[in-house]
Amino acid sequence: MNNLAISTKELTKIYGERKALNHAVFEVPMGTICGFVGPNGSGKTTTIRMLLGLISPSSGTATVLDENITHPEKYLPKVGALIEGPAFYPALSGRENLRVLADLGGYSVERVDELLVQVGLGDRGHSKFKTYSLGMKQRLGIAAALLPNPQLLILDEPTNGLDPSGIQEIRELLRTLAASGTTVFVSSHLLSELEMIAEYLVMLREGNVIFAGHTEDLLSAAQPIVIAKPEHAKDLDRLAEIAKASGHDSRVIGEELHIKGPAEWSPVLNRMAFEAGITLASIAAIRPTLEETFFEMTEEKK
Amino acid sequence: MIRVILAELRKLKRRTLSLSTLASVTALTGLFTWLVYFRINEPENTRRGEHISAADLSGQVGLVYGFKLVAFLLGITALCVFASQTAQEYTFGTLRNLLVRQPSRMKILLGKLISMKIFALVMVSLSAAISIAVSYAMSGTAKVDTTDWSTSSAYQLLGRTFVNVMISTVGYGIFGMILGLLFRSPISSIAIGVLWFLIIDNLFANFLTSSAKWLPGQNLFNVSEGGTPIMSYQHSLIVSLFYLVGGLGIVAILFKRRDVAN
Repeated sequence: MNNLAISTKELTKIYGERKALNHAVFEVPMGTICGFVGPNGSGKTTTIRMLLGLISPSSGTATVLDENITHPEKYLPKVGALIEGPAFYPALSGRENLRVLADLGGYSVERVDELLVQVGLGDRGHSKFKTYSLGMKQRLGIAAALLPNPQLLILDEPTNGLDPSGIQEIRELLRTLAASGTTVFVSSHLLSELEMIAEYLVMLREGNVIFAGHTEDLLSAAQPIVIAKPEHAKDLDRLAEIAKASGHDSRVIGEELHIKGPAEWSPVLNRMAFEAGITLASIAAIRPTLEETFFEMTEEKK
Repeated sequence: MIRVILAELRKLKRRTLSLSTLASVTALTGLFTWLVYFRINEPENTRRGEHISAADLSGQVGLVYGFKLVAFLLGITALCVFASQTAQEYTFGTLRNLLVRQPSRMKILLGKLISMKIFALVMVSLSAAISIAVSYAMSGTAKVDTTDWSTSSAYQLLGRTFVNVMISTVGYGIFGMILGLLFRSPISSIAIGVLWFLIIDNLFANFLTSSAKWLPGQNLFNVSEGGTPIMSYQHSLIVSLFYLVGGLGIVAILFKRRDVAN
């Protein structure tokens, strides 16, 4: 047995003329929290569906917990999943909905009550699903994913609809699960959240894997940014010209200029600005966040 | 398989579905049976202008007459329940949860079918019990002699009728399931099913009489009747089975191979 929870080899899904996923190759090590990011329509959900045996690949293959995805029955009993938001029977209570899945998977009914308490629905388990708020529905979806006490947890946007404290709870839950050996494969648009918890990252753009590796490797490889704020906003364009003349691209964000360049270049910029008669109110060199790196790599503007 | 059946029964047990369906079955059976006895002296007191007299009902047939009258409605009810229970998995998006917990699609399909057959069995048994109870209750007022109803041949007739109505009800239900899997929408599948069995099937049978022997609705109805001089029970049973096995086979292949993208 290798040490991979997920491994894809040239995994491809074609709908008509459109390649939803194009020869994807990535690996997710066992016991990690792996973020799965990409703009809308980049192929994340298609990938997740294929990993769960819901749709068949057009070509290529993948293994989940060392089993080929052509035999989902061999690995799904060890996998928990929340796909495309929580989907349950509106007329059944939260508890009954979980019991349906517990019956199906052969899990004990006691586990249902434990999980309802764990996700903060202990006192609302008897209420019908249709009366739940979005956040409560999401919690129930997470409880359903945890039902098999999974070795691999696949979560598609688990924090959708949760308030800040709910998001924090989920973050802690995922950390606890990972610490106990569960592999967590989580797609999310909250990149700041993923930056905090994901040690591994798979990034998609238009069906192509553009990064798969340690988050730290991605962030350290990203070009640092020097943020300069002139005393007068009218000087922003002149400051940008100075940066361009020195071979550094920049863009104006609010009253600041974000210049791609190493931290060591900051004093040089400060001196050149001073010589050009521009007073800088502040100057700082920062490492780009995951969000900034994501936008850079996926060429999406904020 | 047992786990799938238990999970499906848990869904079917929900009060909004089970109580409303069983209450409707009780009310319709009670009403139809009561009307037969209530209008016993009217010249046209049963379906299609036929007349049934107190003397007719005093025979063994009196025990099952009301029950046979509601067989078609039991079938339509089963069609609606089977169709909605199947198609709603797509509209609610719950099919993906089911398939993650039970990846064998054939087990899901068979489990659903068996659990819905159990539901149909409860429905048909209730209808039979209500009809017999109302028949006995009304027999005094309608001056129907019930002596023949307690003979062993009357019980055999009841058993045969029960089996025939059960087959017919499950048949309609399976049609609903097929439509639910094909159209993946409860409203569309129920609308198409009801439209076909209530209107189109009968229109064909009336205006293109030669087609009646091959129409699914006519044959399922004939099975519940136990056969008629025009169309034998065996013929209807075989034609119905042909439709059901063929239809189920096609949707089973579709269900097994089709991507679950919603």
